[in-house]
Amino acid sequence: MMTDTDVAAKAPETTEPPVMKDVRARRRLPGWTAPVVLLAVALALPFSTLYVPGLFEGTLNSPPTLHLVAFCLVFGGLATSYDLLYGRVGLLSFGHALYFACGAYVAALLMRVLELPLLWSALIAVVGGTLLSLVLGAVSLRVNGIALAMVTLAFAQAGSILISRDPGRLTGGEEGLSLNTAMVPDSFVGVFNTVNLYWVALAYAVFAVGVVWWLTASPVGRVWQGIRANEQRVAVLGVNPYPYKLVAFTVGGGLASLGGVAYLLVTGGVTPVITTAEFTLTLLVMVALGGAGTRWGPLLGAVLYTYADHRLLQLGGSDAFAALPAWIAAPLSQPLFILGTLFVLMVFFFPGGLVALPGRVRSALRDRRTART
Amino acid sequence: MSTVVLLVITGLGLGALYFLIASGLSLIFGLMDVLNFAHGAFLAIGAYGTWWAADHLPGAGPAGFGFLVAVLFGVAAGTLAATLVELCIIRPLYGRHREQILATVGLSLAVPALIQAIWGADPLTFPKPELVRGAVGVLGVNIPKDRFLLILAAVAVFVALWLFNSRTRYGLIVRAGVQDRAMVTALGIDVRKSFTLVFAIGGAAAALAGALGGLYFGVVTPTQGLSLLIFAFIVVVIGGTTSLTGCAIASITVGLIQQFANYYTVAGLGDIAVVIVLALVLLTRQGGLTAKKSAERVA
Amino acid sequence: MSAAEPLLEAADLHVWIEGSHILQGVSFSMPDRGVTALMGRNGVGKTTTVKALLGLVPRTGRVVFDGVDITTHPTYTIVSRGIGYVPEERGIFAALTVAENLRLAERHPKPRYELVHELFPELAARASQPAGTLSGGQQQMLAIGRSLLNDNKLLIVDEPTKGLAPRIVREVADAVARAAEQVPVLLVEQNLSLVRRVAGQAVVLDAGRVIHTGSALELLDDADRVRELLGVSRTVTDSSGTTAGAEGRRTA
Repeated sequence: MMTDTDVAAKAPETTEPPVMKDVRARRRLPGWTAPVVLLAVALALPFSTLYVPGLFEGTLNSPPTLHLVAFCLVFGGLATSYDLLYGRVGLLSFGHALYFACGAYVAALLMRVLELPLLWSALIAVVGGTLLSLVLGAVSLRVNGIALAMVTLAFAQAGSILISRDPGRLTGGEEGLSLNTAMVPDSFVGVFNTVNLYWVALAYAVFAVGVVWWLTASPVGRVWQGIRANEQRVAVLGVNPYPYKLVAFTVGGGLASLGGVAYLLVTGGVTPVITTAEFTLTLLVMVALGGAGTRWGPLLGAVLYTYADHRLLQLGGSDAFAALPAWIAAPLSQPLFILGTLFVLMVFFFPGGLVALPGRVRSALRDRRTART
Repeated sequence: MSTVVLLVITGLGLGALYFLIASGLSLIFGLMDVLNFAHGAFLAIGAYGTWWAADHLPGAGPAGFGFLVAVLFGVAAGTLAATLVELCIIRPLYGRHREQILATVGLSLAVPALIQAIWGADPLTFPKPELVRGAVGVLGVNIPKDRFLLILAAVAVFVALWLFNSRTRYGLIVRAGVQDRAMVTALGIDVRKSFTLVFAIGGAAAALAGALGGLYFGVVTPTQGLSLLIFAFIVVVIGGTTSLTGCAIASITVGLIQQFANYYTVAGLGDIAVVIVLALVLLTRQGGLTAKKSAERVA
Repeated sequence: MSAAEPLLEAADLHVWIEGSHILQGVSFSMPDRGVTALMGRNGVGKTTTVKALLGLVPRTGRVVFDGVDITTHPTYTIVSRGIGYVPEERGIFAALTVAENLRLAERHPKPRYELVHELFPELAARASQPAGTLSGGQQQMLAIGRSLLNDNKLLIVDEPTKGLAPRIVREVADAVARAAEQVPVLLVEQNLSLVRRVAGQAVVLDAGRVIHTGSALELLDDADRVRELLGVSRTVTDSSGTTAGAEGRRTA
């Protein structure tokens, strides 16, 4: 895919042509193959009674498995929306949690306080989140680089404080809010209906990834690419980068608030954890883990991260762990410790993220082969 | 009147805490362009190091000067951690600012999680030393003694940093490096040596903030560092990276605004007021931090 | 070291900056005495060449200084081998005082403050003033003074008269000439009268390559060659120079 060609382009031009041809031949599959295959697998998942030992607790279509995958998908879409800013345009925002939280909290509040039905609540929450990111983006994008990171962080922090202080006993403070199930269609309530939540999560992930891919391929996306490479050069060419950055910021924020609504449904509630700076940092980790600015990187990184986070937590409570000495078991029972450490190693040894890994391995193998001949 | 005195001194105490964190952050950011998210981890290490030493280290404890021994241990632990982070993680990634920031982000998640694994997520009661137990009357108001300890510590650190900056060759190199790192190397100076030094200094100050923050809040938690770090970031942005005095003034301003706004309006509004001040500063002042650190150099 | 051996030798220097091939194989050598002028139109890579020599930009090729291959050395070790560098933008630390700027540059146990203060008395008078409040000419004097503080084997001076008023140009030119009596100088300069006054050898760059090497005087006496290689006649300056710079050169 995209990263493969990137790596191929970066590889020294002296590599022998036969090997290159070999690689090319395998890549003749049309570009839409991978998305279609993946989507087919995702669509087939709830109908499969396959049991993968070790990977999931139950069969693929069991509610716990579907719930975990739905969770992964929501974060996949969210990370993709964050990568629109970070990877595609090069905007370092530390406030993405704000728009995600806005979607989740506004929808939850509308259903709880005004008792609006789900659809209306979701619509207002997403429009509200998009407008919020438009306004705050318009203000924040007047500055660049680290200053931008700081302003966005500060705005998000203000939101986070507001929510956790529980103004007017609305947001529930540290406890958060649970989903008012009376306003949600019955088909989204209860363990039995987990499959429908899975469809919601899948639809969101597909939508977010689709929007980002489509925009990246559009003329706007080419300007973004230019801004990412060198903003000044874009400005010198007579294009004002500001509106283009604002579009990215707003679309990213809108997608995040849509993700917030999906998250609310999937988890059945919302807590201030998703408003914190730490939450945005984990988004950054997901994106960098998978590979920033690549087609699959953010999705892959987020799915793997979320999956590992959940599974490590389960593993930490398992019997196998109890047998380990405390000084090993204790750190290993903290998913954030393992993920944080892995991430640091990752930054060191695979700076391009997981998506760049096959290309790196291949070029390393090729180099060895070249060296031997 | 008495309320105002209390608020001023409490605000100064909070500002002192911010100064201890922000002074190191601004040195590191100014000299190396590294937005150090791991600074909260150094703070946590200092806080838990002090807490641990107060219980386990012979000679340390709440009695007499035992608390100072405990603080010394915590600061030593934080300094060591910061030095190791610079040598083992930041230095190999030299010249790759984005990777350096990402690595510190990883640390900022991993270290509190490790602490949580060892001592749990619940707040731990911090031992209150006899030295600062009770209150002192100032203008008819009873002020907890620990506030004064905080302010005293921040003043001491300010003076020490000021002396380092103005009297030592390394201070001169650091001040020059903040302005133009490349030119410092072009004068035949190995600027990287001072990188380790500012990390060690910053780590020590942050660890001290952790120890004294435990005193201020009465408890330590694994994630205390990150929330304090965000306000310290705000201080750095408002105060700029070129002057220690700017950093001190910004720390005091932020601390006072927070205290007064939190008291006279709804609780929580003080924190938000600080954020609004930051936004105003950033958006009205073109220059300072925003002018020097362009997007290309950092992102 | 024998006199025949060059002090500085650059071989096949290539520099890429953001995808542009700025230096395309620059090779030249400079003798261990006198002034070597590095000349050429604006944007041909003179400053980049200097930065490549010092390792301030990533480059390929080979640099030998004083018989030692310094290609892989970091900038600070290269400079510590005995190079004084006066960059194009002067590289003054604005927030530091004049005295601190000088103190920072001290590398040897006995810095030559007498020489610096004799050349530029103003630096002594303004020792405690922040360097950022100095005029352009004074800043240039500080930059040159800083490079003379140590007992260097080579001075690299990049466009010292650029953007200065005529009176200051003369003063700076005097200082460069004075320095050249004691230490070999690699001088990047567009002011042809200064080159004529001090330079022995000329190296002319165009589009990232060396297009001419030879005696500076012979080159400057040949008006056609000057126009051909440098794109200027003796009285007209290049079109892209700043106003102040143009003035400075017109006095030439």
